[in-house]
Formats: sequence, structure tokens, C-alpha cells
Amino acid sequence: MKIMFIDFMKHRKTALLVSLACVVLSLVLVFTKGLNLGIDFTGGNVVQVEFSANVAVGEIRDVLSSVGQGGAVIQSYSDTGVIIRISTIEDEARKVVVDALRAKHPDMQVVRLEKVGPVVGAELREEAFIALFLALAGILVYITVRFQFRFAVVSVLALMHDAIITLGIFSLTWMEISSPFIAAILTIVGYSLNDTIVVLDRVRENWRHLRGEGILGLLNMSINQILSRTINTSLTTLLPVIALFLWGGPVLRSFSFALLVGITVGTYSSIYIASSVLAEWALKSPQKG
Amino acid sequence: MLKRDRWRLGLVAIVVLAALFAVFPIRGRINLGLDLKGGAHIVLQAKDTADSKVTEDSIERLLAVLRNRVDQYGVAEPVIQREGSDRIIVDLPGIQDPDAALELIGKTALLEFRQVVTATSPIPPAAERKNYDSDAEFERAQARWNEAVRQIETQRADLEKQAAGIEGAVVAKADEGRSYLLGKVLVGGKDLVDARTQYDNLGRAVVALTFSSEGAKLFDAATAENIGRQIAIVLDGVVISAPVVQERITGGNAQISGRFSAAEASRLSIMLRAGALPVAVDVIENRSVGPSLGEDSINSGIRAGLLGASLVFLFMLLYYRLLGVAADAALAVAILLVFAGLISLNATLTLPGIAGIVLTIGMAVDGNVLIYERMKEELKAGKTPLAAIDAGFKKALTTILDANITTLIAAAVLFYFGSGPVRGFAVTLSIGIVSSVFCNILVTRSLLQYFMGGRGATSSLLPRA
Repeated sequence: MKIMFIDFMKHRKTALLVSLACVVLSLVLVFTKGLNLGIDFTGGNVVQVEFSANVAVGEIRDVLSSVGQGGAVIQSYSDTGVIIRISTIEDEARKVVVDALRAKHPDMQVVRLEKVGPVVGAELREEAFIALFLALAGILVYITVRFQFRFAVVSVLALMHDAIITLGIFSLTWMEISSPFIAAILTIVGYSLNDTIVVLDRVRENWRHLRGEGILGLLNMSINQILSRTINTSLTTLLPVIALFLWGGPVLRSFSFALLVGITVGTYSSIYIASSVLAEWALKSPQKG
Repeated sequence: MLKRDRWRLGLVAIVVLAALFAVFPIRGRINLGLDLKGGAHIVLQAKDTADSKVTEDSIERLLAVLRNRVDQYGVAEPVIQREGSDRIIVDLPGIQDPDAALELIGKTALLEFRQVVTATSPIPPAAERKNYDSDAEFERAQARWNEAVRQIETQRADLEKQAAGIEGAVVAKADEGRSYLLGKVLVGGKDLVDARTQYDNLGRAVVALTFSSEGAKLFDAATAENIGRQIAIVLDGVVISAPVVQERITGGNAQISGRFSAAEASRLSIMLRAGALPVAVDVIENRSVGPSLGEDSINSGIRAGLLGASLVFLFMLLYYRLLGVAADAALAVAILLVFAGLISLNATLTLPGIAGIVLTIGMAVDGNVLIYERMKEELKAGKTPLAAIDAGFKKALTTILDANITTLIAAAVLFYFGSGPVRGFAVTLSIGIVSSVFCNILVTRSLLQYFMGGRGATSSLLPRA
């Protein structure tokens, strides 16, 4: 390993601006374009079917249109497998769709069906928010106890940055958000924090150099010391997630995509964003070391 | 190896042996969630109706009826439990036909025999374009059909007005769109003692009913009074058939013939034997996975896991060489411990749970990376290899703990709030975190010490700074 030193803090303002822009853009996307919420949150019917031969999505759409379900979302995940999302809650609507398809393709198999009533969907939305809030609060308390309040604030900022950008990318790509997505977001929160803590831990350890190096020097020193660790860990975590995304099957695809985005953004934010905010904060109102 | 460090290797050996003992043979030892083994997960919400309110007692009876139905249907290891004050969760593993299961669980199955007062005409079949030569003719046919439907609606409204004037009377629809004005209940499903599927002389499936002695008397009187007139057989407010009574029936036996398939008739028999649901229910959630998809999910999960793990193993080996061997060994033990933990906690493995394990594989080596990078720094600072190992472990320890406890907080929240599959993820993630920390700290360390003690070739072990 060659010893190199990157002056991260030199570009901290650019990094902060880029991040701020990404966060704002993501928020705008989420609030204008919205999110592709799956039936877990909105209620509705999902049918996953397998045909014995390749069937074109267009053909399926024609069949669905003929029974008045032209608005259904049709997504093929393999040559012969298709997931159909019907926004009507009634079981009748689903039966009509399945019967119409079966009439055309007698050997079609229904491999999965899901129905979520609107009440359950609303409850899940509420629980997701409470869960996110509680996780954030718990983490804030833990870091305040273990480190100091400023560290807690910057790490929570960094992980909100990651969660918001992940949401923004989901809005942009219009990937479906189902209940495992909540699990993915909380994992991203945990992971991003894990990364941030490693940086902050080193900052705390180097705190005695504050007088000599100044806050910028101290942060640069700490980030560079743990840089190879951060990159290696992100790589080893990303490798299985990529495997999951590519080969984990259709149900886990959006879940692993969320992790993929979150971990990538999380690595960047814990190297750069948490420390840059800390630097700006310390420069504006210095605290005693 | 120093004598005082031997306990570590001993502990690791004991844990690994215990884990191996718990895990092998793995087949059949792990509880699989419904999303992996296939089955139906149905959540019912009891709701108040004019006739029956949701009470503690009615929910208990509802549970009993549901258990009865599921038992008679023949499902292995069903779970039927109450959630909150007015919900019931029904898990049916291995169900092949989810719609049938839904029908069996969600249908009230309230059977009534009622006198037919009068009826509307049936709705004729709608016009189809292919039966007409021109668009104009087709449109005229459609207009005629719409007119017919409108007339029947008017007749129905008329029946409803009449029904208001007769005590116990109701208006019920039949399959072909005909509406009946029905008199009071003559005999009900509670007067039954048995219901069986039989086949009539045309080979059609019918449901043969046996009344209780009380029911037989009522049925006898009802048929005697209505010879030459229709009696409607009403199931959940829909007229199944309305045969004309030919003669008085005294034996306490009757037959329902509708247009049932054999499977439908057998389901109806089960429901009639088990009794009607005491309160009306809504199916508010239903997740059914066929066994083939469950198997596919397991296979793709295993494939992704193996590929991901191989990549991580390879990366650690290439980057850290001999140290990588120790890290890989620790990772292998961590994976073993995750399965041992799953089995000994009797936890349920779900598809997101598999994702949790795969994710753990990536995160588990983080501890090793932290320790190794710290060891390199200590070497660079001029420490001897042995001292560098000691310092590396000591200094990395707090970081490892801090970093993992936060992920554990997130997993705990997820466990508390998540349901079903998502909870499975929280479980495997938590077990994974605990096992990987154990392996980072103890397994790696004892391995490194064993290497060094075994050969004394310490400097070749550690990377040159």
C-alpha cells in the first residue's frame, strides 16, 4: 500500500454543496413525483404468475384490458414470469384477471398472490414512520452518551442524507417500495452510522492533536488513517449485496437495490459529509478540545 | 502460544463444536417462513353487523369455528391466533390453492332455507359483438340489453319495497342476476348435524344434509306447507338454488345441488359441518406463496449467498494474504453461528432473513478489516509484530462494539415493529452481528496466535507496512 494523503477538507464546501443539492433534489422528487408505493402501503392485489412459455407483456396487457383492468401494473421478471399489480382491493377483480389469463394460457400457474386491505396499508405506513423515528432517536442517544452531542448531530445528519438520497433515487427510478424497503432503510441507517462512527472514533482518538493540527488537519488526518478500512469494508459489504441484486430473485430486487444505493452513498457521506459538517461547525463556533 | 491465551482457543473450539452439533444435519432443522415453504397467510377482521356484534365471546367462537374448518380441510401445522381485540391471523402452510383457502376461511357459510314469495326475471346474457353482423345491430342489441337490466332493477326495487312490509322477509340475488323476495327462515344451518359431498345420478357433485331431530321437524313442516311452491336455499345471502317442493320430506335429509365443482361441494360441506362464522369477517390481508416459488426463493437466496460469500472470501485472501485466511476462517465460523443461532432460538427464516444473512457476510469481515488496518498502523509506528497484534485488537475493540451496537439498535426497532418476513430480517441481522463480533474478536485472535505460536515466523505473517 502506498502511503497517500488526500486533502479531503480542501473540497469540503464543494462536497457539502453537492450533497445539499442532491438532498434538495431528492426531496423535490419525493414530494412532486412521489414514490412508487407497493400494495403493502397502498392496499391492493398482486398476482405473480408463471407461464410455460415466453409471453409478451403487451399480450398480457391486452388480456387485462379486455376485462377492464388495463390500468394494472405488469412487470416481467423473467422470460416466463410476470408480476401483475391490480389497484382494486376486491378479490373478484383478481379472480377475473386470473381467469382471463388462464383462458388464454391454460397451463399458467399462480405462484404468489398478495392482498393488502387499505387499513393494513395505512397502519404499516404509520408503523414505518414510528420505527424510523425510534431508530434515529435511539442512535442519537447512544452516540451522545458514547461520544458527544456534536458527533451525534453530524452522524444523524449524515444518515438522513443517505436515507433521503436513497428515497430520491427510488423516486427517480420508480422502483417499487414494499415493506422490506423499510428494513433496507433501517439497515442503511445502521450501516451508514457504523461507518461514521469509525471515522468519529478516530477523530476522538486524535483529539489531542487538535491544538497542533487545527480542526481541518485533525479531520484530514483521521479520514486518511481509516480510508483503506472504509473502502475495504464498503467493498466487502457491496459484493454480497450486488450478488443479491443480480441473483437474489425478483422479490428481493428492490430491497437489494436500496442497500446498494444506501451503502454507496453512506460510504461517501461518512467519509465526507459528517466530517465536513463537523469542520464547518467547529470553525463557526470552536469548542474546547 | 502463550499459556494465558489458551483459554481463547478452547472457548472457540467448544463454541464451534456446539454449533456444528446444533446445525448438522441441517435438513429440516430450520423453521421456514411461509414465503419460503409456500402457504397462505390470512388476516381476518371481525366486523359488526346488524345481526351480530363483535364481542369477546363471538371472537372466541369465531376462533373455534375457524380451527374446526381448517382441521377438517386437512392442513398440517396451521396457526390460528388472535391479534388484538378483533383480528385473527390464519397461517396455512403448504396450501396449493390460495383462493380455495381464502374461500374456506373468509366465508360466513350461513345456510338458510326460505320460502320464495316471488322473483324477478333473470338478467339475459349481454350482447357480444361477434354474434352480430354490423356495429349498428350490435348497438341496438346492447340498448335492448340495457333496457332489460333497467327493468329488472325496477322490479328489484319493487321487491325491496314489498319486503319492508313482510316480517323477516329479504331480497336476495341468485347467480344469473335474478332477485328473489324471500319469506322468513324455515330451517337454518344451525339445525344441521352433518353435511357430506355426494354425487347425483348425473355425476354432479351435491351436498347431502342431515338435520337434527329439531331441524327434521322444521323441514318436514316447511315442505308439507309448500308443496308445489319454491323453497330457496340461501348461502350467505345469495340464493344457490330454488327448487320446487315435489313432496313432503320427513326423513331429515336434504340435498343442495347447485353448479358446484367437486372441490367447491367438499368445501361447502366442511363449512356447513364446522358451522357458520358467528360474526362477519373481512379478509384484510392475504399473502399466499406457492411451494414452487418458495423453493425458487430459497435457491436464488442460496446462490446469491454463495456467490457473495465467495467474493468476500476471495477479496480478503487477495488483499490480506495470510491474515485473510484467519479472517475467512472467522467468517466461516460466523456463518455457522448464524445458522446455529437460528436453530437454537427456534427462529423462522424468511426471504428477507436470507438477505440478512447475505448482508451479514459482507459486514462480518468489517471487524477483521478494522483490526488488520490498525495492526498495520501499529507496525508502521514501530511496534513488534506481537505487540502490534495486541494493540490492534485492543484499540479496534471499542470501535467494533460502537459500530455494531448502532446497527443492533436499528435491528431491534425493526424486530419490534416489523411483521412476518421483515421481522425475519431483523432476527438474522441481529444474530449475524453478534456472531460476527464474537468471531472478529475471539476466532481471529486465537487463530493469529496459533499461527504465530506454531511457527514463530511472525514477520512473514504480517504485511509489510
